[in-house]
Amino acid sequence: MKKMKVLSLIIGLSLVLTMAACGNGGGDADTDTPSGDGPIKVGIINNPPSESGYRAANVKDFETVFTEANGYDASTYYSINNDEQLDAAKQFITDGVDYLLLSAASTDGWDGVLNDAKEAGVKVILFDRMVNADEGLYEAAVVSDMAQEGETAVTWLKGQSLATYDVVHIQGVMGSDAQKGRTGALDAEFASGAMTKIVQQTGNWSADEAKAIVESVINSGKTFNVVYAENDDMAKGAVAALDAAGITHGVGKDVVIMGFDCNKWALKELLAGNWNYDGQCSPFQATVIDGMIKQLQAGETLPEKKVISEEKGFDATTITQEDIDTYGLGD
Amino acid sequence: MNKRFTATTRALAHSQLLIPLLAFFLLIVFNLIRDPSFFSVALVKNNLGNMVLSGNLISIIDNASELALLAIGMTLVTAASKGQDISVGAAATIAGSVFINVLRANDMSLPMILFAFLASCVVAMLFGAFNGTLVALFKIQPMIATLILYTAGRDIAYWINGGASPDLTDKTLTNYFGTFFPGIPIPTPILLVCVCLIIMALILKFTNLGLYAQAVGINENAARLNGIDPVRIKLLVFIILGICVALAGSVNVCRMGSLNHKTALLDIEMDAILAVAIGGNALIGGKFSMVGSVMGAYIIRALQTTLYAMEVSSDAIKAYKAVVIIAIVLIGSPVVKKYASLLFSKLRKNTAVVQTGDL
Repeated sequence: MKKMKVLSLIIGLSLVLTMAACGNGGGDADTDTPSGDGPIKVGIINNPPSESGYRAANVKDFETVFTEANGYDASTYYSINNDEQLDAAKQFITDGVDYLLLSAASTDGWDGVLNDAKEAGVKVILFDRMVNADEGLYEAAVVSDMAQEGETAVTWLKGQSLATYDVVHIQGVMGSDAQKGRTGALDAEFASGAMTKIVQQTGNWSADEAKAIVESVINSGKTFNVVYAENDDMAKGAVAALDAAGITHGVGKDVVIMGFDCNKWALKELLAGNWNYDGQCSPFQATVIDGMIKQLQAGETLPEKKVISEEKGFDATTITQEDIDTYGLGD
Repeated sequence: MNKRFTATTRALAHSQLLIPLLAFFLLIVFNLIRDPSFFSVALVKNNLGNMVLSGNLISIIDNASELALLAIGMTLVTAASKGQDISVGAAATIAGSVFINVLRANDMSLPMILFAFLASCVVAMLFGAFNGTLVALFKIQPMIATLILYTAGRDIAYWINGGASPDLTDKTLTNYFGTFFPGIPIPTPILLVCVCLIIMALILKFTNLGLYAQAVGINENAARLNGIDPVRIKLLVFIILGICVALAGSVNVCRMGSLNHKTALLDIEMDAILAVAIGGNALIGGKFSMVGSVMGAYIIRALQTTLYAMEVSSDAIKAYKAVVIIAIVLIGSPVVKKYASLLFSKLRKNTAVVQTGDL
């Protein structure tokens, strides 16, 4: 019993010491308010680039903007694990960064850390995703509006003035932000009766599953003239099923193909006229955040707290090679 | 006549294949009642102008190809090592990335596809040997040993791909292997599974591999005393699984001419283990049936296709699948089997009494 007490005392002491040591380093940074001279210290917390083509482009975007040449001293931490992200955020705060840029793995559980950041004078800017926390805890948020992506796509589809809209709807992983946003607009059309839901099924973002779903629709003898896939991979899978069954697709053909994410290979399909529409989910937030930080550094206030990234929808009839080079993700 | 019939039924009742056959039968009957045209197969002209077979039956067997290939290898591993390899999905994405990157770096041609496949084979066999070494030499539980590659595999694939999901520019030739060869109406993956099964059957017939794997799985010490080296056999089955993994990964890449390391063959390791279990194989090693495992793979795919055809809602599809699988596994469990055979012998006695009574 006594031994345990001594041991816990030692552990406790060593913990306090290390914390104090870390705190010292942070304390120095806290005292001098961020000024124009010296690089701006930025801590970036993101998901790992291996998560998706979107994330790879997102990470690259931040790497090209937050450079030493641009006046930043940036360090980045990648994890898809919220707890690890929280630890990294704490570490960044004790390291005394001026700004904390955050794309949270999960939307919950950030209140405490964001409070710590506020107390330490660290300005937090959210990007890509919102978190469930009080608005006062962060300076700004630069995010995608997934629901808007769905709206844009459905508005485009309505603009095609097809005689009927018989839609095969292939959803992403159920419950993910992208799925909910991109499903919402189309569900509203199904509910109003403007479009007919032939089949609605989750393809879990996978090309193979999407192919199997569309095969099943074809084999059941149902006819349809629109495939609305919530990402490019699933649109590709759907097209593979159509190809095998001898159903034509693309500009001026039997079935309209719609995808999301704007991978380069997908936009090439658009340019070739094999697909009809691809909706963008912009991973390019770094430039906007860079502008915000420059404004804050100059003592200005930001005009709006939540900035929605401008996101386009590409039409196969109007897309150019230049669009592919500018907006296409991956290689 | 009657005697022969009871003899066959008795043989069937004791056969490993009873459960998969029963599951198959139920799925078929269910679908025929639901929609009599469910299994109809038609010859249609695809967008490349070839006449090809199309229908749910073709879809099921075609889409089960990767799973069937993995189940073949998994059966041997299960028999010999008394455990399962849970890294096959991740390893298949590694094999697939090797395959697609070799193709991207070189001019496309049929020999180059063969070369790319051989390259992916070598890599997958090396990873198989890695798993095999941990299991055979270091005597680590297979599931724990393969957990390493299960965790790291998809990131290794990502690293091989250089941080993107690669897409082939010229897909004409790879399409032959992923979809149809011109002039052949059967999907190529189905043919590849057949070839693989035939080769496996020949190996099992003309070598001692099957017998040795069973012997090691049943009693390692007894096998050693009889001159079989358990380490070598276990290592060998993991390397053979590596070949299956390379085939599955390459076929998957050929289907669409691209690879997404995050979603390709996701969770297929669990389905592969399930296929082995549904096939009536004991997951604790020993006796095995390759055909049973492949049937298990087709049952899993048939179930998926049935659920799609029933238009089960997206939120609930996994729950439905789980319910059916619980039912199949329960029917195949030793306790239920024992009761069933008890009931069966009672019935037989009763009929015997009736027959003698007739005389």
